[in-house]
Amino acid sequence: MMRRRIVAEYVVPALTLVAALALWEAATYAFKIPRFIMPAPSAILGEGWEWRYRFIHHTWVTLYETLGGFALSIAVGVPLAVLIVYSPALRSALYPLIVLTQSVPKIAIAPVLLLVVGHGEFPKVIVAFLVAFFPVVVDTATGLAATPPELLDLSRSYRASAFKTFLKVRLPMALPFVFAGAKVAITLSVIGAVVGEFVGSDAGLGYVILSATSYWKTELAFSSMILLSVMAILLFGAVSLVERLTCPWLAPAGEE
Amino acid sequence: MIRLDHVDKTYRTRRGDPVHALDDITLDVGENEFVTLVGPSGCGKSTLLKLVAGLTPATGGAISIRGQAVREPFPDVGFVFQQPVLLPWRSVFDNVLFSVEMLGLDPRQYRKQAGDLLELTGLGGFETKYPRELSGGMQQRVAICRALLPDPSLLLMDEPFGALDAMTREEMSLELLRIWEERRKTILFVTHSIPEAILLADRVVVMTPRPGRIARVLPVELPRPRTMDLEFDPRFKTASDEVRRLIFAPRMATR
Repeated sequence: MMRRRIVAEYVVPALTLVAALALWEAATYAFKIPRFIMPAPSAILGEGWEWRYRFIHHTWVTLYETLGGFALSIAVGVPLAVLIVYSPALRSALYPLIVLTQSVPKIAIAPVLLLVVGHGEFPKVIVAFLVAFFPVVVDTATGLAATPPELLDLSRSYRASAFKTFLKVRLPMALPFVFAGAKVAITLSVIGAVVGEFVGSDAGLGYVILSATSYWKTELAFSSMILLSVMAILLFGAVSLVERLTCPWLAPAGEE
Repeated sequence: MIRLDHVDKTYRTRRGDPVHALDDITLDVGENEFVTLVGPSGCGKSTLLKLVAGLTPATGGAISIRGQAVREPFPDVGFVFQQPVLLPWRSVFDNVLFSVEMLGLDPRQYRKQAGDLLELTGLGGFETKYPRELSGGMQQRVAICRALLPDPSLLLMDEPFGALDAMTREEMSLELLRIWEERRKTILFVTHSIPEAILLADRVVVMTPRPGRIARVLPVELPRPRTMDLEFDPRFKTASDEVRRLIFAPRMATR
């Protein structure tokens, strides 16, 4: 039984990937596709290997921007959600503004923002934050509002303070929702950081993609993209791991 | 112990429409008495419990507990709801301690009692489990332990066995009676089930809906301790026929 599961979960997808790569490789040779249009996987890997030392720096820059934006989105998003849930006045004041910031395409804000905040990594952190904080706010607010009314009655009947009820009931109750928002936020942060780099930068994986394509170095652009995806997957996995460690009462999906 | 004097409750729905939930409710509940409230949906039974607990103010009349007017949440009370509403991140044991923590008492001084209560309700050995690992009936037992831990003099139960299957339900009713025999307290118990209302109560309060009114307060003259066999007692049948008649007669009349 166990073996069949391993085959279904790992071996089959891995084989599919290898087959697709082989097909891709073969197609580029068979149809003589120019390498700047569609480089072969081997060429992409080769170019990536060539760049391995320079990539360390660029990956670090993008990682730094992503994590900065993500951290800000949690640090701002969670308290904002608390304010919205606890104060109807603040809710009506802030909610439309928050939705407004979301309706402006982030790619459109980025150039203006870079103009205002200047160059360097900080503006990219801001772009990443702007892209990522919305799901954190919405999911946390949903989680805080989802406390069963009976539990609130119970806390009230024991004359517990609103703060105690928040700490002992509402916040932990909302934690799975916060993590749902955080998982979306971490992947969006990567996008935000890259968008920021596209607009104007001299370092980072987004910058490498942009400059590589302007020199027709498609292999290099592809290897940057692969690094970006690997980074996003690892970051998502890290958030999931933290979730599992902080919320051990949630059964891992598919276990029961 | 509890005195409701011409209590009236009208509240507004979210759309602003007034709902007359309770109309002229007058009821006295004695110390350590087991009173069940039975009636169809919408007769304001749950609202009545909230009023007694001081969670929502009455719009008319007066409510007092031991001579003191209820103006704010009354802390010497245990609440049990239809859903167990346990904290999923806490173990069974820590869920039981939740009530004393929220009351601002030192949970360390209640560890022994919490263990005893779990033992009493047949949950010994489940202390470290998470709620999701328990059946519905066991979760509701944890909720009862949580309510009982601070040893309140008043227990308010809002259809506590309503979400359980029929067999678990009977078992839990008898268990509640057993606990009550051991630790006497005043219980106000809301239910939809006529047999459950009679089996448990010293007195059954029969309510009719829209607006919620007391149709009759029926004393139950059955010996204690009670068992399921009482359902075959002719007095049980007389009582349940009476309750049924009180609930359904006004409906028939309006048709």
